[in-house]
Order: sequence, then C-alpha cells, then structure tokens
Amino acid sequence: MSLLSTRGLTKSYAGVTANSDIDFDLPMGQTRALIGPNGAGKSTFVGMISGRIEATSGTVSFAGEDISPLPAHKRIAKGIAYTFQITSVFGGLSVAENIALAARRQLGTAAPAKVAEVLEQVSLADRADQTARDLSYGHQRILEIGMGLAQNPRLFILDEPTQGLAEAEIDAFKALIRALDPATTILLIEHNMSVVMDLAEAITVLDQGRILAEGTPAEIHSNADVQSVYLGTEHA
Amino acid sequence: MRLFSRANALHLGLIALLAALFFTLPAYHTGNLARIMVLAVFAMGYNLLFGYTGLLSLGHALFFSAGMYGLGLAMHLGAATPAPAFLAGLIAALIVSGVVGFLALRTTGVAFMIVTLMFAQAGYLTILYFGSYTRGDEGFVIQQAQRSLLGIDLSDDTNRYFAALILFAAALLVTGAIVRSGFGRTLVAIRENEQRATMLGYDVQRLKLIAVVLSGVLSGASGAAYALLFGYAGATFATVQYSIFPLLWVLLGGAGTTIGPLIGAIFMFYLIDYASGLTNAYLLLVGVALVALTLFASQGIVGTIRARWIRWLP
Repeated sequence: MSLLSTRGLTKSYAGVTANSDIDFDLPMGQTRALIGPNGAGKSTFVGMISGRIEATSGTVSFAGEDISPLPAHKRIAKGIAYTFQITSVFGGLSVAENIALAARRQLGTAAPAKVAEVLEQVSLADRADQTARDLSYGHQRILEIGMGLAQNPRLFILDEPTQGLAEAEIDAFKALIRALDPATTILLIEHNMSVVMDLAEAITVLDQGRILAEGTPAEIHSNADVQSVYLGTEHA
Repeated sequence: MRLFSRANALHLGLIALLAALFFTLPAYHTGNLARIMVLAVFAMGYNLLFGYTGLLSLGHALFFSAGMYGLGLAMHLGAATPAPAFLAGLIAALIVSGVVGFLALRTTGVAFMIVTLMFAQAGYLTILYFGSYTRGDEGFVIQQAQRSLLGIDLSDDTNRYFAALILFAAALLVTGAIVRSGFGRTLVAIRENEQRATMLGYDVQRLKLIAVVLSGVLSGASGAAYALLFGYAGATFATVQYSIFPLLWVLLGGAGTTIGPLIGAIFMFYLIDYASGLTNAYLLLVGVALVALTLFASQGIVGTIRARWIRWLP
C-alpha cells in the first residue's frame, strides 16, 4: 500500500510551470530518492507534499487520506517530518531544546527521554547545551536531521541532507539512515549519487517538472533518458 | 530540575524583597514602588508577546485601558464593588485582545505594528467619542468609599502597596510558569524561527493568538488595578504614549527575561524622577540615557546580565 500518493500535482509560478501533473506513489517502508538536475522542481514537489507550498492543482494523499486541503502544520502532525534544504534550526536555542521542540508536540512530558535518545543517535550528546548557531555547518545539518527523527515520522522528507557535508559526515549520515526503523518511509532529495545508490530502494527522476523515469537504482543507472539529462548525451 | 528551582527562588526572593522594602523605604518611595509594581504587570504582559513570542505591538495601551475602563465604568456607572468590577476589567481586556489578535495576526512584522497602533488609536477615539460616559481626557475619579475590597480600604498606603505586591507576585509567578512550560517554550520557538515551528507541526497562528490574549489580559489586569488602587481612569492611559511605555520598560529591563519588566519600569520611573529634579529639559537627559543603554547594553539590563554573567536567569 502507498503511504504517500500524488495525483496531477501541479505548480505554476506566474506562467512558469515548476511541476506539472505529477502522479507519484511511495509504498510504505520504502526509501525513495528523488533526483534530477537543478531546477527540475524537486523542492517544489516536496514543498507541495508537506504543505509549505500551495499546489496550483492536484491532490496529495497520505495513509489513504486526502490531505490536500490541510495546512502544513496539520500535515506534519499526521506523521510527516521535513528537513529544510537550507539549514533551519532555532539558532538562539540550545541543541537539546531544538530537539525537544521537535519531540514535545507529540510526547509532552515524555519528551526528555526521546531527546536523550536522539542526541545519542546523531552523536550530538556532548554538544547538547551548546547554542545551535554556534555549531559548525555540518553539525547544524545533523541537528536538523535529529529534529526530524525526534518526531518519530511515518514519512521522513529530507531535502538535500548531505549538501555541504564532509566525506566522513556523509558516511555518518548514511549509517544513521540505515539504522532507522525499516518501517520509516523516506523521501530523499539528493545530488550525491553515492548516497542515492547506497540508500535508495527506488529512484524517481524529475526533469523540467515532470517524472522522467522511475525504477530501481540499477534500472535508473542504465536508463538512456536519465543519462541524457545528466550527461547531455544524445540518443535516438 | 535545578534551573527551575533557581528561577523560582529568584522570583520568591524578589517578592520577599519587595515586601521588606515597604518597611525600610521612606513613604515617598513606597508610593512610587506601588505604582511601579502595577505598571510592571503591564510590562510583563507586553513582554510575553514581545520578548517571548517576538511580536512587536504598538497598541498595548488599548488592552491596558480596556482593563482600566472595564473596571472603572463598572464602578463609576454601575456602582459595582471592586471584585466583580476587576473581573469586568479582565473580561473587557480578554474580548478586546481576542478580537484585535484575531484581526491583527493576519499581518506580520511592520504591518502588525501599524495595525495594532491603529486599533489602539481607534480605542482612544472611542473613549473620547463616548465622553458623556467616560468623561474623555478629563477622566473620572473612583470614590474612595467604593475602593474597599473585603473590608480593606485600598486607598490606604499600606493596603495599596500590598495589593499591588500581590498582583505583581501573581503575575510574576504565572509568567514564570508560562515561559518554562512547553507552551512558553514553543512561543520562544516561534520568535526564533516561525517557519520551522510550523514545520514541526505547531499551529503557530493559534499559539500567537493565545499569546496576544494572555498578554492582553495581563495588561488589562494592570489597567484595572491601576484604576482601582489610584482611584482614577482617564483617556490619557489610552494614548500612544502608553503603548510605547511598556515597550521601553521591556527593552530597558531585558526582553524575554521574567524580571526585566520590573527592572525596566523601576529604572525608567526613577530616571524621569531624578532627571526632572535636575532640569526642565529632563526628557533630554532621559533620551540620552536610553540611547546610551541601547548602544552599550542592547539586551537591556537583565538581558545583559544574563548574556555576560548569570546564564541561568529565567
């Protein structure tokens, strides 16, 4: 069964169509990578799923329910976690408080245990009291992911989580995602092909606001259309 | 948790200190302090919205005067006793802040400032318009005979001081509890990064409205208490000046600190008091002091102390 489906999802900005008529299905428990060249409409697409961006037309269903009319916070409350492409943490608050804010809406007074667990999971326990804006960029990205984990999401949307991370940090990120509960469904926007090939069970390729191809990593790897988009090779 | 008990100890210690000051300070200063404590409640209400939630209102005189006239008119025209009249003041502030919040929160940033300012001006003009009841700028006196609660004459200096202290203590402990609660910390999250708070699943719009109403009711409690304890209600308290005062008190004392509003109100009151004893151009001195403080301690008095020395200050 699909945890997430979109039908005819379209976004136009003053005549420019960023996403057009996207039908997309994400089975429960799958890790799906969403790839495509810059400007393909990846962030717009996940923005419309999470409710940050209003769709021009089309529907989004989550766990069998049409969530299209819901504002962002209500979609999130249904079990979607979203990490921002441009790091967006609570800069003036401590690392622990950042994670607590993510956990508290669901867990209330039980949040501290979850905070401790997540801090261990993302290896930020020794920086728990540090102010978030004083963290290095890499650690802020990791914190952002920790805030997603603290929500126990059914669907975890990660928008370019490894952008700007060092090689060792990327390895840590891969390990973190692999260690997640296999029931967690993940939608991963990613440019780094090693991350995509290592983590994704399936890949969707967006190009010019449309789905160009969909399949297993091996299928996508050998797909001629995808190669032409990425490498500019002509084919008959 | 240790932080919480330290914060509580600070608040209770401050309340005890204010009680002790009544017996040690000359009457002139205790009279001032009674007034300052009531106004500090106004500042605390303002601080909840500005310092913690990050919403800058320029219309809080409206909430203060809603409380003041809610109580004042109930006593003046309705001959109500202080307790129900005080409740009327709170309800007036609740309704006014609910309506203003509902409408003004459709805007953000500068537009929010302008819209709250306009609502407050409309409120001021309404008071003038209904001058036959409110007596407009001239205002009206609440008779001493009426100002007696449970047989205690609130116009008496001692009773008035301790009534002001009780109100101040209640407001301090309530705001202290609010800002440490999950709700209060979510308000801080909204101040820090509203978009992120939304994308963590918080209903930011609803939380902001609750913050406006809490802030409005605290401000209204201050306005009602001011009318009750000092026996006067007038349209001056609805002017833009009384929207700027709480902003200044909070900025000077330290936005987003629990005791900053009181410290700011004391500082400002005595700055004006002292400067006006020196020269007729006292506002010039006040202005220079405010500019200096903004330049060299931009987080306010308590905010600077917290940033530099005592990190645990609530």
